Amino acid sequence: MSETGVPNIDEILKAGFDYGNSGTPVRRKTNKRKASVPYLLSAPAVLWLVIFFALPTIYMFTVSLYEGTIPTMHFAWKWNNYSTTLSLFQPQLIRAVEYALVATIITLLIGYPVAYWISFYGGRRKNVFLLLLLVPFFVSVVLRTYQWAVLLSDQGIVVNTLRRLGLVGSSFHITSTGYAVVFGIAYNFLPFTVLPLYVALERIEPRLLEAGRDLYADRNTTFRKVVWPLALPGVFAAFLLTFVPAVGDFINYQYLGGPSNGMIGNNIQVLFRENLDYPHGAALSFVLMAVLLVGATLYARALGTEAVMEATAA
Amino acid sequence: MTERNDDLFQDPSFVRGMTQKRLSRRDVFKYAGVGAGALSMSSILAACGGNSSSVSAGTGGGSAGSDMFSGAPHKIVNFANWPYYIDKSKDANGQIIHPSLEQFTKDTGIQVNYREVIQDNASFFGKIQPSLASGQSTGWDIIVITNGTTLTKLFQSNYLVPLPTDMHPNFDANASDAVKDPSYDPGNKYTMAWQSGLTGIGWDPNQVKALRPDKPTITSIEDLFDPVFKGKVGMFGDNQDLPNFVLLSLGVNPEESTPDDWQKAADKLTAQKPNVRSYYTQNYINALNNGDVALTMAWSGDIFQSNLSGAASGLQFTVPTEGAIIWTDNMCIPIGVQNPVDAITMMDYVYKPDIQALIEDYNGYICPVPASQAIIEKIDPQTAKSPLVFPTPEEQSVFHTYRVLTDDELLTWNSLFEPIYQG
Repeated sequence: MSETGVPNIDEILKAGFDYGNSGTPVRRKTNKRKASVPYLLSAPAVLWLVIFFALPTIYMFTVSLYEGTIPTMHFAWKWNNYSTTLSLFQPQLIRAVEYALVATIITLLIGYPVAYWISFYGGRRKNVFLLLLLVPFFVSVVLRTYQWAVLLSDQGIVVNTLRRLGLVGSSFHITSTGYAVVFGIAYNFLPFTVLPLYVALERIEPRLLEAGRDLYADRNTTFRKVVWPLALPGVFAAFLLTFVPAVGDFINYQYLGGPSNGMIGNNIQVLFRENLDYPHGAALSFVLMAVLLVGATLYARALGTEAVMEATAA
Repeated sequence: MTERNDDLFQDPSFVRGMTQKRLSRRDVFKYAGVGAGALSMSSILAACGGNSSSVSAGTGGGSAGSDMFSGAPHKIVNFANWPYYIDKSKDANGQIIHPSLEQFTKDTGIQVNYREVIQDNASFFGKIQPSLASGQSTGWDIIVITNGTTLTKLFQSNYLVPLPTDMHPNFDANASDAVKDPSYDPGNKYTMAWQSGLTGIGWDPNQVKALRPDKPTITSIEDLFDPVFKGKVGMFGDNQDLPNFVLLSLGVNPEESTPDDWQKAADKLTAQKPNVRSYYTQNYINALNNGDVALTMAWSGDIFQSNLSGAASGLQFTVPTEGAIIWTDNMCIPIGVQNPVDAITMMDYVYKPDIQALIEDYNGYICPVPASQAIIEKIDPQTAKSPLVFPTPEEQSVFHTYRVLTDDELLTWNSLFEPIYQG
């Protein structure tokens, strides 16, 4: 798109033609060497994925069928590691999905107006605003979450103020509740929501808004009929990029949660690090991965794969 | 103790948690970066391990032991310990030094590569286990492991080198009865204590008084179960201290407890759950200072250090009438050791009363050398008098150690207690 905002008919035409051609396979004359070029070019990336993703994943899968803990664990086709972990940690799995879902919706509700404002009203300072959004995230996530635990503690500034104002009773507390955990997740993942939304909104050609006005649409209608559908892929992407890592989060529970707010990520961590129970830890990881994969696939199906893929690629 | 003023954080339990969920119990004022650096250090050392003259310990770890100690020292020892667990000072250039280790090098000519790489028994074991299993050097000549599940695994897998009984004269002469011939390692075949510490109750006098004016002191484990403190009670979220501590409250000696006792303890904990603010794996000292909890399970050193660091609340540590859990961190030599003579020399050296006094006055745990008390008395009478550093035999009579669990028992144990503290 043109940066200057001056109409550029060539660009629009080109875009149109590309779109029209994309469905038609074009047969080209190629020799073998040319044909191998794409494979050679992608080889480093493929190799990278094989070594650092595929092989470890396969290894973890075999570990999930082991029996015993370190140092005595051994391969045993133990499929019931899956049923054991699933039945043991089902509540935490469901809770993790719930918390992540609520937190993601919160980040979307907060993030959309922010991204909208920056892309349409940010003017020349857009980058500054984006940077401001990201600045807190140069500090370690653990420290930031811990600071929230201090601010929200029983003798911290928030609860104390509410108590003095007489709005809450003496036994009221924020930390060690599910609300605090959801709040922490929403806070920590906000930039992951805002950035894809911003990218989608930023790509909207301002002239389309003008066109909407020209056709006698009021602001709300323009938003509904033009902006919202055009930026919808961004919403889908923002949802995925926030929700998927949020389900596996374990920091927020540790600092802000109470006795019955545990999330699945914490259970996996305990199995691996404290119990040295790699088989069950690996099985639980795969359960989580499967839940997320199935969820993401259904989600993409329901919304149309292209929209999600396009937005995620953006 | 002046060194501590330089430190960043007031809550050792939090700082440990910066790098990971914790099962450790060090009084650590650790910077966040230390963990990552230490991790890579150990892997580098492990990677380099094969190059130097490696002494084969054999996978059996049994009979091969005595030969390796007959040679001359290599003048270097690689020592893996927990953070902030040894005396510290600054030299003329402002560099941090460990006076006790400097003295060791002066006396023996052996350089000490002292690294604070252990923050949790299980994950440290997980890290060195592949080397141990393949018979390769871990890169360490001395490691420090708490009595409990991990140490049991090291024993069972024959991953430790039996110590030569004739090479620790200082230990024989000066070690306290508590660390000589411990139940988990009869005859000190594989281990010598570094320090011991207690699991008891930490509490904030102001909050306890506000919530329970008629009985403003904490004396018993039952206080953790008093409904008056609903929502203000902290418990440990781990599978050692939490179950063992509650077994004490049932009048059961954890070491001799049966699965029936475990069930009772689990039931008691389940009933208590609605009153618990959080099952802490870290950060519980700040929860005390913030008012999130009024009383919590605690490690003696953490409370001691929090008060020292200037957090003004004057927290208390109580050894309950039912008793407390005592744990001991043990120096041991892993198989594949490269400098065994240097290692045993170092391990024995810290049992010299004057050297132990240097270490003890810094970390304030239970001293394994009674003769150090007189020396500390001269420089720091308060520490010398502390029952948490030099408990009398009478005081020690209520200390109990963790239940030793077999693999099968551990499964039962975990299935009873994990659902309680794992949210």
